[in-house]
Parts: sequence; structure tokens; C-alpha cells
Amino acid sequence: MSERLTSDEKALRHINDEYLTKYGFHDTEEFYSIKGEKGLSEEVVRWISALKGEPEWMTEFRVRAYHTFLGKSMPAWGADLSGIDFDDIRYFVRATDKQESSWDEVPSEIKDTFDKLGIPEAEQKFLSGVGAQYESEMVYHKVREDLEKKGVLFLDMDSGLREHPELVKEYFGTIIPPTDNKFAALNTAVWSGGSFIYVPPGVHIDLPLQAYFRINTENMGQFERTLIIVDEGAFVHYVEGCTAPVWKSDSLHSAVVEIIVKKGGRCRYTTIQNWSGNVYNLVTKRAVAYQNATMEWVDANLGSKVTMKYPAVYLMEPGAHGEVLSIAFAGSGQHQDAGGKIVHVAPNTTSRIISKSISKDDGRASYRGLLKVHEGAHGVRSNVVCDALLLNPESRSDTYPYIEVEENDVTIGHEASVSKVGEEQLFYLMSRGLSESEANTMVVNGFIEPLAKELPIEFSLELRRLIEIQLEGSVG
Amino acid sequence: MGATLEIRNLHVSINGTPILKGVNLTINQGETHALMGPNGSGKSTLAYALMGHPAYTVDAGQVIFDGEEVLELEADERSRLGLFLAFQYPVAVPGVSVANFLRSAINARRKSQNPEDQGISIPQFRKLLTQKMDLLGIDHKFAGRYLNEGFSGGEKKRNEILQLATLEPRVAILDETDSGLDIDALRIVADGVNKLKGPDLGILVITHYKRMLDYLQPQYIHLMMDGRIVESGGPELAEEVETAGYKPFFEKHGVEVTEE
Ligand SMILES: Nc1ncnc2c1ncn2[C@@H]1O[C@H](COP(=O)(O)OP(=O)(O)OP(=O)(O)O)[C@@H](O)[C@H]1O
Ligand SMILES: [Mg+2]
Repeated sequence: MSERLTSDEKALRHINDEYLTKYGFHDTEEFYSIKGEKGLSEEVVRWISALKGEPEWMTEFRVRAYHTFLGKSMPAWGADLSGIDFDDIRYFVRATDKQESSWDEVPSEIKDTFDKLGIPEAEQKFLSGVGAQYESEMVYHKVREDLEKKGVLFLDMDSGLREHPELVKEYFGTIIPPTDNKFAALNTAVWSGGSFIYVPPGVHIDLPLQAYFRINTENMGQFERTLIIVDEGAFVHYVEGCTAPVWKSDSLHSAVVEIIVKKGGRCRYTTIQNWSGNVYNLVTKRAVAYQNATMEWVDANLGSKVTMKYPAVYLMEPGAHGEVLSIAFAGSGQHQDAGGKIVHVAPNTTSRIISKSISKDDGRASYRGLLKVHEGAHGVRSNVVCDALLLNPESRSDTYPYIEVEENDVTIGHEASVSKVGEEQLFYLMSRGLSESEANTMVVNGFIEPLAKELPIEFSLELRRLIEIQLEGSVG
Repeated sequence: MGATLEIRNLHVSINGTPILKGVNLTINQGETHALMGPNGSGKSTLAYALMGHPAYTVDAGQVIFDGEEVLELEADERSRLGLFLAFQYPVAVPGVSVANFLRSAINARRKSQNPEDQGISIPQFRKLLTQKMDLLGIDHKFAGRYLNEGFSGGEKKRNEILQLATLEPRVAILDETDSGLDIDALRIVADGVNKLKGPDLGILVITHYKRMLDYLQPQYIHLMMDGRIVESGGPELAEEVETAGYKPFFEKHGVEVTEE
């Protein structure tokens, strides 16, 4: 094995000359297409890296991660992942292939939802992965120019690595090492796309940075990798995703997001995702916050078959503050296993986790959270609230709140509630003329209101509209 | 000609236990009626059954409003037809503001009359709501609060009357709207209801207290015992209850007193 690898390695390093002749491919096109098949091997990992012309350290990092991936077992807790077949996944698809998929393949429910949300057709096609570049490219360039003047770097991860290799090398994989979990290892081995952001000291970016502005085919890949570095006293709000359902023929989405917030900095990371019902959405998100820094995750999860996502904040130095606000909507056949993780490493750090989940039909929403206070972390204050709302008798919700505290002088609050849309509430609203489904929607919107108001306004409106669509005509 | 709410021989049970045992009552738009009676006699049950609460089973009888068979309608349809219930115990709906709720309720009514309706405009709604809040002496900040969440007893009752004022029904049932109000609040609420009174509004006020009746001056008083209206009369009936209590009426109508 090692012999073959060595020869491959050598060849790949000179991808533009030797490799092609050596293996007898007539043109690059043929070489690429032969490798774009299903299944994963070290060869595929090296091929992805070679195709991107990455520096050697990244290639080796990927390969090591691939071996870590092989050695790790699937998580034995959480959701049922037995439907994932690693051999049946295409780990890298070039933009040109993506466009070949047909608009006709997009399921009609998804097209319906697009229509109800009033999304123009060009954008619909893009969101379904069948469109080419989208008009907002123009807008993005404008945004990017303004940012560049301030010294902000906002690139896709591949370009980030190409243009700022030292910065990437310093932080990449340091917050979430490949050994963290099987899917983090997988992502590290085959990542593609995602965002790279650096905000210089003291720079405040007023408008949310939207991944949306930077839309291109790489952006919403299966294995995106995002790295955000917020330098001292800087601020950024990053927004990813959109409420429109994202149709994927690929069934696995496994992203990694790493964030560093330095002294006095603040980062808010907002996600709204609405995957189609065949997707396993397994995402590792983690941030470290240093002295007096603030990290906030706002995470709204809709759709998918299974979502497992627990954004984490490590509070490394005194005065750091971490927040995880999460909303999950589990419809029929869906399991949302979401929550948050806060680790108080340093004294006088504060945090809060607020989770709201809604289960409809036989949907299942689980809250899974960890609050950890290390020894020596005196004067920690934290509050955890998780509320679940069940819409139908067969809906399900579970909570798994883990609290590990190794200090005495800490203040920790924990509240959990499970409620149903009450007959009395529905009757009250209906007695004022609202139909049953309007009344239902109103109760559900009220339930998520405390978190929905944390979202950018257009997202909040879209989220409500989307929940309305999900509830329409299906009252239990 | 105003609309009429006509209740004929209404029998209602809860979980198989008969509560209403043949209620007959007719209320015309423009009239004010009062319903009195001891605790547990079935007054709220009548109110809920008229509004269409799903836990209340109608075993027999008829309710006709403006020529329509009310009992065949869902609660929202009854509301849009012009029935209103001010709840004895209004429930909280967290996260839904009073203003948002009222606007949705107005729009639901408009839409049922005209499917093309675009709903009330925000400035128009704001004006309407401000006017009604002023009428009832309600602080404007109230509009932004979540419906009945953390409301004091009195605030809940005022909020019910605010809804009455805004939705302009044809027949309104007020279930103990006076209980839990302090003396000043009672006057404000009663004044508010009096301002709404007129040829277009029929009222059935359920109360234990003569003070409320002194304010509202109902033309008709009904006395409920053990699921039936056992006596109806003018204001003098309320006087009798006030001085002698229910005991003479129990004896007169052969109702068993089941005090626990
Ligand atoms: N949901 C319920 N389940 C079981 N019994 C009920 C229910 N609601 C009402 N009842 C019973 O029905 C009877 C009538 O109750 P109702 O609330 O109509 O009385 P009321 O006349 O309004 O009394 P009050 O003056 O105390 O408000 C009571 O015996 C009560 O216990
Ligand atoms: Mg009552």
C-alpha cells in the first residue's frame, strides 16, 4: 500500500505534467471525470486536494484526517444514522457537473414551497443546485470592495487557502481537530467551499455578512468548511443559509465551522437551514472566546431527515460570554437532534443556552446540551432554558441536558418545559374568528417569538411564513 | 330588524356528566340580559357551549342566531357570525402580542366576508386600537404585551372588553367580567361596556354582584340553578337575590343544595 501511495503522491504533486501522461489520460477533462465517482479512498482525498492545487501541508492534513475517519466509529448516541452509506456518496462534484442536474428532478413539494415564498425562478434554480451563478454576484462584489478597504477578508475557503495560506495554516483544524468526531474527520478529509473571514482589530462590520451574497456553486457544498477569525475588539455578524428549502440529491451534509474571537471581540453566527427530507445534516460548530469576548450562535434548523448539531463555545478567559439560541422544527419523518455546548474554562465567564423545538406529526425533536464548568472557573453564571412544543399526539420531544460542574461558587439556572398547543388556547383564539390552522400557527409563532426576534428581520419573516406553510391544512 | 339569539331546550354534558338540562333563552340585538345563579349551576357551561368549546357535548336542543343553526358551526364561524364571549378565565398565548392578535382577528373576519380582502392597513388598525384603548382607559403600551401573559386579573378582564370593543359582535356574553376588578377598574370597564351598548349589541352578562348590574342596567334577569333557568324577570329579581340569597329559590324550585 505505502509503495503505491508514494508513487501517487509524487505524481499528484506535479498534477499538470507527469500525472496525465503517466496514467495515460488524454486530457484533463477525462482525468477529472474518472475520479468524480462515488466512494472514498485515500486516492480520492489526494485527488480532491490536487485538483484544488493545495499546499502539501493541507494535502497531508486531509490524508491524516481520512485515516482518523476510518478509525472512528459512528456516534452511538443521538439520531439513527444507519441510513448513511459512505460508499454511495460523491465526495467532490465539480461545478460543471452540478449544473447538469435537471430542474425536473427537483421534487414538486419543494417547487411549491418556492412559489409560496415568492422566490424568483432563477433563484429557485440556484437553490436547487441546478442554476449557474446567481445575480447577487454583483452585489457581493460591491460589499467585498467596502470590506477590503477596512482590511476585512471575506472569501470562500478555497480562495482563502490560496491567498492567505499562513493565516489558514495557523488556525485551520485547531478549534475542531479531525480527531474530534467521525464527521469532523470526514469533513477535514474532503472539505470544499465554505467561508473564510478575518476581521482586523477594532473593525466593526455593521451589516450582516451573508454567505448569500457570495453565492456560487461551491458555496453550498456538502462538506463546507468555514473559518472565522475576529481579532481584538472587532465585530461581525455572519449569516448563512436561507429559509427556502435546499434540495440536494446528495444525502449527506457534513460541515465544520471554526471561530476564534479574540479579546473584546464579538461574533454572531446565524444559520437558517431548511434541507430537503432526504438529507443527513451533521455539522460540527465550535468557537473559542477570549477575554471579554462574546460569541453568539443563532441556529434555526428545519427540514432534513436527521440533523445533529450542537454549536459550542469555549470560554477561555475571564469576562468571556457565550450564547446558543436554537430553534428546531421537526416535521413528519424528521429527527432534529440539536442543542448547544458551553464550556467555562476561565473564571467570571457567563453563558446562556435557549432552545425551542417544535415537533409535528411523528417528527422528533431532541434537545442535547452540555454545560461544563472547569475546576478553577469561579464565579461562573449560566442559564439554560429548553422548551418543546408538540403539535400532534404522535409528536415526540426529548431533552438530554448534561451539566458538569467542578466548582462551587457558580450560579446555574436550568428550566425545561414541554407543552402542547392547548385546546384552551386554540378555542380562545378561534372564539375571536381565527380558523383552527390560523390559531395553530399563531400559537407556534408565539412560541418561537423570543428567538425569532433575534434573527435578521427578513429571515424572521421568512421563518414564520415557512412554519405557516408547514402547518397549513394539517392540523391535528 | 336586529338579529336574535334563540336557545331552545339546550342539554349539554361534559365527559358524560349532564350539566345543562334544558335551557331556554332568547336574546335580541340591543337588549341587555343578566344571568345569575350559584357557583357550579352551569352559567359558564352555557357560555362555552354557545361559543362552541369542543369539550362541551350538546346532547339535545337548538341554538339559532340570525336564522343560522349555531350548533353546527365551529367556534371561529360562530365568532364571525357575530357571537362573542368575554372569558371568565382567559388563557395566555405567550409570544403573541395583543395588537398582533387583534389585527389577525379583524383580518380573519374581513377575509371571511370577502376572500379578496387584503386586511386592515397598519395605520388604520393602529388608529382603531388606540381609539378603543382610550375608550376603556387602557395604557397604549398594553398593545405590545403578550396576550394575557403575566396580566393581572383586572388586566385580563379589561383585555377581554378591549377585544369586544374592537371586534364589534352582535351578541356578547360577559362571563364574570366584573370579578377580580377593583372598584375603579369595575367602573371603567362597566362604563366601557355601556359605551358599546346600543341597538346593535345584545349582551348576556353573567355576574354574582349587583354592583355590575347597577352599572349596566339590564332589562332582563335570569336565574340559573342546576342547569336550568328557573326564573326570569326584571331588575327586581336581582334585588330579591341580593337580599335573600339563593336559598328561597332553591326551596321554591325543589333544587337540591349540593354544597361541598
Ligand atoms: N371541564 C370540566 N370537567 C368536568 N366538570 C366540569 C367541567 N367544567 C365544568 N364542570 C362542572 O360543571 C358544573 C357547572 O360548571 P360551570 O363552570 O358552568 O358553573 P358556573 O355556574 O359558571 O359557576 P361559577 O359561578 O363558579 O363560575 C360544575 O359542577 C363544574 O364542576
Ligand atoms: Mg362560571
